[in-house]
Amino acid sequence: MLTIDNLSLTIGPDLQILREVSLAVAAGEAVGLVGESGSGKSMTLRSILHIEPEGSRVTGTITFDGVDVRGLTGEALRQMRANDVSMIAQNPHAVLNPVLPVERYLIEGMHDAQGQPTKTAKLRAGELLEQVGIDAVDRVLRSYPHQLSGGMLQRVVIAGAIAGKPRLMLADEPTTALDVTTQAEVMAILDECRHELGMAMLFVTHDLDLAAAVCDRIAVMKEGEIVEIGLPEQLRDNPQHPYTRALMESRPAGLTWTPEGGPTS
Amino acid sequence: MTFILRRLAALIGVLIASSFLVFAAMYAAPGSPENFLVQGRTVSPEVLEAIRAQYSLDDPFLVRFWNWLTNVLHGDFGRSLANQQDVGDLLAARLPTTLMLVTMAALIIIVLGVGFGILAGTRGGVVDKIILLGSNLGFAVPTFFAALILMSIFSVGLGWFPVFGSGDGFIDRVWHLTLPALALALPSSAVVARITRTSIREERDSEHSVMARARGVAERLVMRRHVIRNSMLPVSTIVGVHIAGLIAGSFVVEYAFTLDGIGTLLVHAVQRKDFAVVQAIAIVLVAAFGIINLLVDLFYASIDPRVKVETNR
Repeated sequence: MLTIDNLSLTIGPDLQILREVSLAVAAGEAVGLVGESGSGKSMTLRSILHIEPEGSRVTGTITFDGVDVRGLTGEALRQMRANDVSMIAQNPHAVLNPVLPVERYLIEGMHDAQGQPTKTAKLRAGELLEQVGIDAVDRVLRSYPHQLSGGMLQRVVIAGAIAGKPRLMLADEPTTALDVTTQAEVMAILDECRHELGMAMLFVTHDLDLAAAVCDRIAVMKEGEIVEIGLPEQLRDNPQHPYTRALMESRPAGLTWTPEGGPTS
Repeated sequence: MTFILRRLAALIGVLIASSFLVFAAMYAAPGSPENFLVQGRTVSPEVLEAIRAQYSLDDPFLVRFWNWLTNVLHGDFGRSLANQQDVGDLLAARLPTTLMLVTMAALIIIVLGVGFGILAGTRGGVVDKIILLGSNLGFAVPTFFAALILMSIFSVGLGWFPVFGSGDGFIDRVWHLTLPALALALPSSAVVARITRTSIREERDSEHSVMARARGVAERLVMRRHVIRNSMLPVSTIVGVHIAGLIAGSFVVEYAFTLDGIGTLLVHAVQRKDFAVVQAIAIVLVAAFGIINLLVDLFYASIDPRVKVETNR
């Protein structure tokens, strides 16, 4: 469904962020993109939605359902962003406009972006929040971002991301900015929503165990290049690239991750 | 509500402290009021003594300050030493001109400064470069020089506006005060345009603006709801500070255009050592500055929900 082919990205005269990244995500498949900070994981995601920083030079092709998304502009690009591909970023407090209440965030996505009538959007906003496990729906809808915790706000972002029933979810370290217990809850909700809607997911994280728990395949990224792609078991039992081996060895001893229970030992 | 009350209490504290400073400064300034009153004539020590007694100049400093302060609180600013007129009446006669001048200049700052700033920040390219150049010019030209240039072009050269006077009636006043207000607002408009432009640039790349685009919100709407709206937060603070500063700046312009406002009154009063008038104007200025700042803070709290929470604690 999504095919990234020879994607390279350069900022300024010679700062190369991505080097010929090639990666495919099939419908309904979850692919993990694992690597340390600055390895180009986020930039790969952002290139798909055309939200890389201004002044970046991008070469290579990205196709979604056979359509060259890097070639899209104007209304076609807007439609793709609104209806087909959603993104969840790392810090939910930065994603929501600090001066607008949560309800406006959800309505903006459904009404202004997807074109649903305001009335429908208002009704669905509450339903979506229930779907991501929020009890005090009315209070949360009326709240401003600074009044909510990171975990609560990330659920709001997930609710907004699944509102248009997209076929591909781009998750950029969605739990990194949250505390450990909340991380597990948010991850479980995201995983559940994905299975319910049958969405494909490109999941960026620096946590190899977390990726192994929720993804069908994992790509390991280093300095803007994908060094190894494989099934989670393959990477765990028989890593081919020295960097993957180093990643496997550097994780906290004895800690493994399960979608239901969070970190267990 | 408690926020407003607390701020008002703070404002009163500032007024008392600053009135004390003003009073002390006049006390310490060279020259004395009785020397002005006798206007250079040689008078006997008895006469001087009588004058000092009449104006209570021999009382201890704190007693004089206290008497003056209580009178001011009763609305009595004393009498002008120069012509015995009631200072309150002198101020009341001139306040409308200054207020109108400052209001017009404030509007010009908001319309020109913020307007051009938004234009430069959102358009870029040639528009941006032209506005940047204009803002540099506005920055660099001092108010009195701007006043002279505006006068020579629009009053003397083209004859569109009067050279001096404040006019009668609303329309005539606006006509008379347009050039002075422009001269007064020019440097501040330049600063505000610059800051607006920078603020817009920053908000354009902020995560919530970028993510709104990534969610498929149309660029026009992202600009309005995320970029321009949020960039107005820092801009409103700067605009407020500059509007408050206009009152002080209006003196130069009033003098240049010979308008009979508070500024001209102050200049004459200082030249004549008219202590009562200078003190009264200083207090009015501090009060106006404080009130404008309070209004700006209230406006800020109304557009940024994060401020309300902090004040409710």
